[in-house]
Amino acid sequence: MTAFCALLAFDVRLSFRRGADTMVVVGFFLLTVFLFSLAFRGDTALLARIAPGLVWVTALLAAMLALDRLFLADFEDGSLDQLLLSEIPLELVVLAKAAAHWITTGLPLIAAAPALALVLNMNGAGLAHLVLSLLLGTPTLTLIGTIGAALTLGARRGGVLISLLVLPLYIPVLIFGVGVVTAAIDGMDASVPIMALGGFLLGALALAPLASAAALRQAAR
Amino acid sequence: MIHFLANPARFMRIGARLLPWCWALAALGMGAGLWFALVVSPADYQQGDSVRIMYIHVPSAWMALAVYSLIALVSAMALVWKHPLGFLIGRAAAPLGTGFTVICLVTGALWGQTSWGTWWVWDARLTSVLILFFLYLGYMALGSAFDDADRGNRAAALLAMVGFVNIPIIKFSVDWWSTLHQPASVLRMGGSAIHPSMLTPLVLMALGFVAYFLALLVLRVRAEIAGRKVAALMMAGAMGGAGEFHDN
Repeated sequence: MTAFCALLAFDVRLSFRRGADTMVVVGFFLLTVFLFSLAFRGDTALLARIAPGLVWVTALLAAMLALDRLFLADFEDGSLDQLLLSEIPLELVVLAKAAAHWITTGLPLIAAAPALALVLNMNGAGLAHLVLSLLLGTPTLTLIGTIGAALTLGARRGGVLISLLVLPLYIPVLIFGVGVVTAAIDGMDASVPIMALGGFLLGALALAPLASAAALRQAAR
Repeated sequence: MIHFLANPARFMRIGARLLPWCWALAALGMGAGLWFALVVSPADYQQGDSVRIMYIHVPSAWMALAVYSLIALVSAMALVWKHPLGFLIGRAAAPLGTGFTVICLVTGALWGQTSWGTWWVWDARLTSVLILFFLYLGYMALGSAFDDADRGNRAAALLAMVGFVNIPIIKFSVDWWSTLHQPASVLRMGGSAIHPSMLTPLVLMALGFVAYFLALLVLRVRAEIAGRKVAALMMAGAMGGAGEFHDN
């Protein structure tokens, strides 16, 4: 547990000191949604209708931006080999890395989402459920993303490859994430998609570290 | 059985012996299947002749799922027992499975246009098969993305196992969600709900598809093994040549 906390704190501090990851992700998120608003010439009725899907797709793409850096620095400077040799289980290392990645990219996305909801004329229930669905959904995205990041270590054009591997696996999260927000905006019961998102999170929490750790062991062979 | 077949030379010998039978069964199954499908079986009372698309669509859908499951299975075996033949079979099967998935999607769109009035709907079954198509693409892209072929094989094998979560989702999507796509009617609890006159061509076509797939798989694995031998010989030749040069 101490090792987990130490790794987590180290990675979060490293990422915030560098600052680039968080800024790029949030900047991309805000800018892309603004671009859509401009492209549709500020048609507020249309934008309000597509807002849940728009925000979720953009969040998904933004969350993917920093994925390739998840293990890359450790892989290149040899820290990964040290972590493999240490007595900390590699699955725990993956969890710590995923948690740090989510704190530095997922949480800022969620913090920026209400501003976009207001810009897109989402109502109060929609805004609350957007934040809730992102809170449940983005950790799942990060966890699935660790698998793609670990598999593509050392690949040619690894960054582009990750999107091809990971986006198909993101689709269920996207569908139910948008389902939560749309149901809430229409004043309907959103508990079923919320539970589905929670289920995905628990499943990914249990399985993704195993797959990522296996992929990391292969990358370091 | 697994360990017996994991020897590439033995696999190739058995494969070579099976190959003519596979071709014969493929020709017979698809030939007879097409005869039953186009001539003998009746037109549907609602859909008319467009129901005959089913005899291509359904077997290719089964194959798309079966081939992916096969890839996941041989990948797992290759990783667990370190049988490199498993990687070869997986990599050789992937383009074939992609082909079946494309045929399934295209015939499905044609059939949808005639019976639902639309080429495509975003329902659970169609979307999950589309995801399967992208999983195949990702598997092939990842496998060839490394300079070290072995690393590519291993990474792709792991991805195939991760992507296997999609297979049960596809199979049961029509039962879990109410969709436009009809629920399972052949492989289901309580027996098949399809009339024998339509089941005969379906089963024949499916048999033909399986035999055709096996024949192509053996050919592709054989080509891959031969290609590796050629590469190894050329490498040895180049090394020998370089050695001679230094000796002189």
